[in-house]
Amino acid sequence: MEMLNAVFVAPFVDMFTYPAFFVEVLLGGLTAGVMYSLVALGFVLIFKASGVFNFAQGVLALFAALTLVGLMTGTIPFSQNSMSALALPIWLAVIATGGVMVGLAYAIERVVLRPLVNQEEIIMFMSTIGLAFVLEGVGDMMWGSDVKALDVGIPSGSFEVNGVLVQVFDLWAAGIAAVMVAFLAVFFQKTKIGRALRAVADDHQAALSVGIPLKTIWVAVWSVAGLVALVAGIMWGSKSGVQFSLSLIALKALPVLILGGFTSIPGAIIGGLIIGVGEKVAEVYWGPLVNGAIENWFAYVLALLFLMFRPQGLFGEKIIERI
Amino acid sequence: MLYRETGQFKTSYSADQAIFPIFQDRMFILGWLIVAFIAVPLMASEYWFQIILIPFLVFSLATLGLNILVGYCGQISLGTGGFMAVGAFSAYKLATNVPELNIIFVILISGLITALVGILFGLPSLRIKGFYLAVATLAAQFFLIWMFNKFGWFVNYSPSGSIAIPPMEIFGVMVTSAKADPVARYYLALGFTVVLALLAKNLVRGPTGRAWMAIRDMDIAAEIIGIKPLATKLKAFAVSSFFIGVAGALYFSAWSGTAESDAFDINLSFNILFMVIIGGLGSVVGSFMGAAFIVLLPIFLTNLFVGELGFSALTAKHLEITIFGALIIFFLAVEPHGLARMWQVTKEKLRIWPFPH
Repeated sequence: MEMLNAVFVAPFVDMFTYPAFFVEVLLGGLTAGVMYSLVALGFVLIFKASGVFNFAQGVLALFAALTLVGLMTGTIPFSQNSMSALALPIWLAVIATGGVMVGLAYAIERVVLRPLVNQEEIIMFMSTIGLAFVLEGVGDMMWGSDVKALDVGIPSGSFEVNGVLVQVFDLWAAGIAAVMVAFLAVFFQKTKIGRALRAVADDHQAALSVGIPLKTIWVAVWSVAGLVALVAGIMWGSKSGVQFSLSLIALKALPVLILGGFTSIPGAIIGGLIIGVGEKVAEVYWGPLVNGAIENWFAYVLALLFLMFRPQGLFGEKIIERI
Repeated sequence: MLYRETGQFKTSYSADQAIFPIFQDRMFILGWLIVAFIAVPLMASEYWFQIILIPFLVFSLATLGLNILVGYCGQISLGTGGFMAVGAFSAYKLATNVPELNIIFVILISGLITALVGILFGLPSLRIKGFYLAVATLAAQFFLIWMFNKFGWFVNYSPSGSIAIPPMEIFGVMVTSAKADPVARYYLALGFTVVLALLAKNLVRGPTGRAWMAIRDMDIAAEIIGIKPLATKLKAFAVSSFFIGVAGALYFSAWSGTAESDAFDINLSFNILFMVIIGGLGSVVGSFMGAAFIVLLPIFLTNLFVGELGFSALTAKHLEITIFGALIIFFLAVEPHGLARMWQVTKEKLRIWPFPH
């Protein structure tokens, strides 16, 4: 009885007795959710266009953030020394990092994807794990492996609305994410290359037969994913410092994808928010019952339960199998 | 000339059904067994046992287990680390709470417990497949490690959260804990690995293995010809988890002697998946090759960079990760079917040597 009360009644009583705190927990969850969404978005883009499950997305974000910090502080690659004369202003550093990500996309297409065309899914997946190792090693060697602070001038601080503490940074993060999603939507719907991307996503061979160059498309889609990773890296890096744990969000993005469906951009956003809010609420209200730290696995178990009822995710395409 | 089945006629059913029908294969296996059981213990030093040989055996067994699931039955799993932890912690609980139980049974029962856990987490595999299943097994990975970390019962309420194997004996010879002779611990791991490898080899060529491969190649078609998907998949999960559980128990009892739940994290799962892929999906001998490769590579690289070239440990570690990743990509591009496939090609070449046309 006491057990049932602790699990099913007390948490809800808590929520209604201290609504301000509950809203704060919700906001915290939404912020984490935005970050998950950003990483999941990169996954979805690549999975849609090439059917590759890109494990390296989180490390791409880490690599982008490392490069950005390196350029802003004028670090000389591979030397661990920095010269303030080489330090770039923020806007230039962001643009340069974007350029690096595009170059990286080109290299990945050349070295990793092209030799592996037509291989089984699991082989492609494993190769992106290999890619994650390479990027992690190279990133650390080029820019050093210590935790770095990243400040791109996003305002911080907080204000209170009806007793609820709101972080200014979180609002900015949500705003930037929204702008980026809108930008991506326009890019995919209205531009020529966006239409080509969608054609490739629908059917590789049909797209090839009407003259869409697959190689260019892959470079384009990995570039876009790299830029999304840059934004994710900036957000996460300015919030909690640029460090290796950044690449671990990649794993958290997996349940997000399950929830939203592997092929849906809105799904990635909404899935991210659900996972972010779900795990924060579960941690705060139910975590103490089982010694805490359930954040580590809650998202996965949630995704697992969800899969039982809707294997294609919230917005995914229905899976129809034929022999 | 060297490797040729010409003239080897099978005159009885038992010869036809032998695990290794070709004479040279039998000699090859026999040769390796002689090396492993007699030559190695005579020659190897303690360093070799602790750093290379015992981990190689433990990881071979885990790779074999995962290969049954991924390579033969086609179900991707990223929860290997978690299942190894189940094996290790079961072995600890059994060894400390039932001290009169022989270590052999401790390890076998740990494997059976892991098999049960594997079946539990394999249940979703009926409805989901591919990467969706991979994420479901990630749930197992994180949940199990969290459980061993957070509940004191599993570590007998030891404040450090780590577990240590008590000294245990087989026929009066101490085989576990730091006090045991490395040779004895090596034999313990070797015995389990050899027996289970033969079992696996036998299993995958029989009806069970063929049902797994049918499910892997096309599950709907397999169902139509009368293979029950749920039973077959769960059997694969059970057998695979049993192997992985035994490997986990050996990891803890024969190799490290002490363990913490964090040792069985997601990186271990990935490492074992690498061993499977590099060794070759769906190959027993490949599991051993993959494990040998991944166990030896970091040791070789560390010796090369730190020992020979004099890099700092940190730089060497980063270089190691980079080369490790690059090698994986290279391997996948050059030979996606792994080392086992290269071995197969070599055998084919040997068959017609020295007249290749």
